[in-house]
Amino acid sequence: MTDTILKSHSPVNLTPKDFKSDQEVRWCPGCGDHGVLNSVQKAMAAMNIPKEKFAVISGIGCSSRFPYYMNTYGFHTIHGRAAAVASGVKSANPDLEIIQVSGDGDALAIGGNHFIHAIRRNIDMTIILFNNEIYGLTKGQYSPTSKQGMVTKTSPFGTIEQPFHPAELALGAQSKFYARSIDTNIKLTTELLLAGSKHKGTSIIEVLQNCVIYNDGAHTLITDKETKDDFQLILHHGERMIFGKNRNKGLVLGGNGKLIVVTIGEFGITEQDILVHDAHNPDPHMAWLLSNMSAPEYPVALGVIRDVAALSYEEKMVKQIKDVQAVSSIKCMDDLLNSGDTWEVK
Amino acid sequence: MSQKTKVIEKEEVVIRFSGDSGDGMQLTGTQFSDTSALFGNDVATFPDYPAEIRAPQGTVGGVSGFQLHFGQMEVNTPGDFADVLVAMNPAALKANLKWVKPSGTIIVNEDSFTDKNLEKAGYDSNPLDDENLSDYNLIKARVTSLTKECLKDTELDQKSILRSKNMFTLGMVYWMFDRPLEHTEEFIENKFKKYPLVVEGNKMVLRAGYNFAKTIEALPYNFSVAPAKIKKGTYRNVTGNKATAWGLIAVAEKAGLELFCGSYPITPATEIFQELAARKDLGVKTFQAEDEIAGICTSIGASFAGNFAVTTTSGPGLALKTEAAGLAVMTELPLVIVNVQRGGPSTGLPTKTEQSDLMQAIHGRSGECPMPVIAASTPSNCFEYAYSAGKIALEHMTPVILLTDGFIANGAEPWRIPKMADLSPIEVPFAKEGDNYQPYARDTEKLARKWAVPGTKGLEHRIGGLEKMDITGTVSYVPENHQVMTDIRSERIRRVANFIPDVPVKGNDDAEVLVIGWGGTYGHLTTAVRELQAEGKSIALAHFHYIFPLPKNTKEVLKRHKKVIVCELNEGQFAEYLRAGFQDIKFNQYNKLQGLPFTVLELKERFNQLLEEK
Repeated sequence: MTDTILKSHSPVNLTPKDFKSDQEVRWCPGCGDHGVLNSVQKAMAAMNIPKEKFAVISGIGCSSRFPYYMNTYGFHTIHGRAAAVASGVKSANPDLEIIQVSGDGDALAIGGNHFIHAIRRNIDMTIILFNNEIYGLTKGQYSPTSKQGMVTKTSPFGTIEQPFHPAELALGAQSKFYARSIDTNIKLTTELLLAGSKHKGTSIIEVLQNCVIYNDGAHTLITDKETKDDFQLILHHGERMIFGKNRNKGLVLGGNGKLIVVTIGEFGITEQDILVHDAHNPDPHMAWLLSNMSAPEYPVALGVIRDVAALSYEEKMVKQIKDVQAVSSIKCMDDLLNSGDTWEVK
Repeated sequence: MSQKTKVIEKEEVVIRFSGDSGDGMQLTGTQFSDTSALFGNDVATFPDYPAEIRAPQGTVGGVSGFQLHFGQMEVNTPGDFADVLVAMNPAALKANLKWVKPSGTIIVNEDSFTDKNLEKAGYDSNPLDDENLSDYNLIKARVTSLTKECLKDTELDQKSILRSKNMFTLGMVYWMFDRPLEHTEEFIENKFKKYPLVVEGNKMVLRAGYNFAKTIEALPYNFSVAPAKIKKGTYRNVTGNKATAWGLIAVAEKAGLELFCGSYPITPATEIFQELAARKDLGVKTFQAEDEIAGICTSIGASFAGNFAVTTTSGPGLALKTEAAGLAVMTELPLVIVNVQRGGPSTGLPTKTEQSDLMQAIHGRSGECPMPVIAASTPSNCFEYAYSAGKIALEHMTPVILLTDGFIANGAEPWRIPKMADLSPIEVPFAKEGDNYQPYARDTEKLARKWAVPGTKGLEHRIGGLEKMDITGTVSYVPENHQVMTDIRSERIRRVANFIPDVPVKGNDDAEVLVIGWGGTYGHLTTAVRELQAEGKSIALAHFHYIFPLPKNTKEVLKRHKKVIVCELNEGQFAEYLRAGFQDIKFNQYNKLQGLPFTVLELKERFNQLLEEK
């Protein structure tokens, strides 16, 4: 029911073009961000939400220029704080559809605190996390997701830091919706954005994005034509976890609690043995295993990894205010001013 | 039974209740001040407590005090020195003796003066036995044993019995000042509604204390303080923090907006946030953010989305909010940032008062980043200035800093309740559907841009921290445009001066000395100046509430007096600020950094000295 209250408007007919602003897009040629921008504009047109109901909110970084390229309400905030600003926007006006755009540095380093707390509160917004494993706008320093040992301008001898797995961080913050895509797969990204928008609560969509200038090829194994089918597993709720060029590889759960890649037809493995994806499972254990898979040992999990229903922050907030208002005798400021101990001076 | 022999009439009285932080002294003091206010006295209070919730028992550092000043005349301060000190243990006596007037009355809980407690308080010998206290009217009451005795036949456990001993001393003081017990009895009944035994026990002890004071010969007289002659109307007691919260809610109601407060708890500002959180009945949205930065950032988001947004903090928190405050300036969104100042720098003195964030409020941001700064000066006028801050923020489309301080935030005083209908209207410059909206187009009077709230059809636009093109609001790195926008940001805040009242002066235009103050020192400055004026001294007071921009008559006021002295609880930040603006005037200073308010006595001494200087 709340769903209809929060999104009560008549059907609209918009095309991706309606969401393009008059600003020149200034990302580097070949940057993965262009693909994500296309996906977002496509997804928005398909959401059946009036244009004025969208607010696109970003922090600082290459991807955070995003709002300027969208013909919607937009707010380009300060480094790391987009999730906090977006939380305020949604709480103030629950009727808005919030798209929050961040990079791996913005969301996971300087803004790590706001990222996890937005997820913990389950504020209804879609966070698009552009993960290129590098700082681009400051010209090539390592990020919290850079692989250990990576040589960058601030790690000339290789980083000695463990990288974050964004999904682990999100799941640790009790994320209810986690999906992953690749910048080049516009169809999948669009699908995931629609699923994220439909989900009530904080939806994280991690987009593995390629920085052509400072970290080109970071995701090659899963994007290269030759290898990608063997190194990506696109999850669909209710379907078996099958992948590979010949669609003959799959995942099973080993006795030690670890996922194992198997080949259908080898060692007596049949399709029936392959795990079925349950995105709605409240237990995050499998989501954890799936989202942590990395190439080349495993395929990288794409698609909706986790999608569990829960009340959102602002739904609870609105309800609490209504419940208190129903029973309180204080209806306006004059009531409050004259409540409690008062006395007359004559 | 002895009879009351004498009733002494007093103009005003100062009482200081003190004990361990767990002794219930804040509650005792609040009860006495509420009762006195209901009786019709003017009252000012000052809670003085340690930062630790339960500091080491029995030590001087763990002493919690509550001072109140009540009278039949206008009371502006909690008083410099106490007529009556209640000391529940040796540490309380040690910490507070210096605040007792010569020949004042000291009530001690004799039972607590054990060897162990004396040692904890740092006494070599028992002060009750030596001559040091012979100048005072010392009343030794065995409060603990008498409380136990009084409750021995009840079924209360030992812990609850001991906890009610503060009621015994409260009863004693009520008798001394001839106060009725009804208000406190009602309070006890409400507070412990679920525990009838505790209600009965506390009421028994309260009456026992009252009767004990009536009976003992140490108190041959009691005092009467007649009701004050104050303006007609309905009154209530209010603390500065509560008045601030209510002022902000009043803004939202008047402007027809929802109130959003994103905050992170910090002493001594937390009560504002707590009060707002309790006001869901008035639709207030509170968001307990993960940190100070998220506090202001959620509020900026809420402001972008069309709510009246506020954030509350204290000095270190304001430092954390700095970058985001710059974003609010750049995006020209309405926002009130409340800074309840405390002793600094760093963690400093969290529970003590100071005025040392003035420069931080005026200048403490990157870039040329002006925003209005205003300051409340008494517990109750926190309402008025919170309202003013909100009105300026909304009508001028700007963040505003409201400064209060620990002293007025925690202090309480009777307040003549305003009517919402009497508050000035607030006109919010919304852009409307169908407008040819340009994000940085402005009105000619205030230079305020219009507020286009997301959700409004046809007004889609982008704002952000990057410099924007004049009028259109697109990103711009054009050198000349940055100059234009910087000039506009400065000019539009200066123009706030066209919408604020002149600074009032108390005293004659030709007074030799002009005392200048701002913020929470008002009560002490006004009392000191009033007393000197009554002695025939040529002195006047200009107390500032609007700091940036300054009221338009400031220069004229400063110029007409021979000597000017700026008094503040910092090293001279307002004085420096005035020097920068009025270079031909000599500013004397009086400053204090002890985490305490001024005393009227020290102010008068300094003013007399200046009056005598050639």
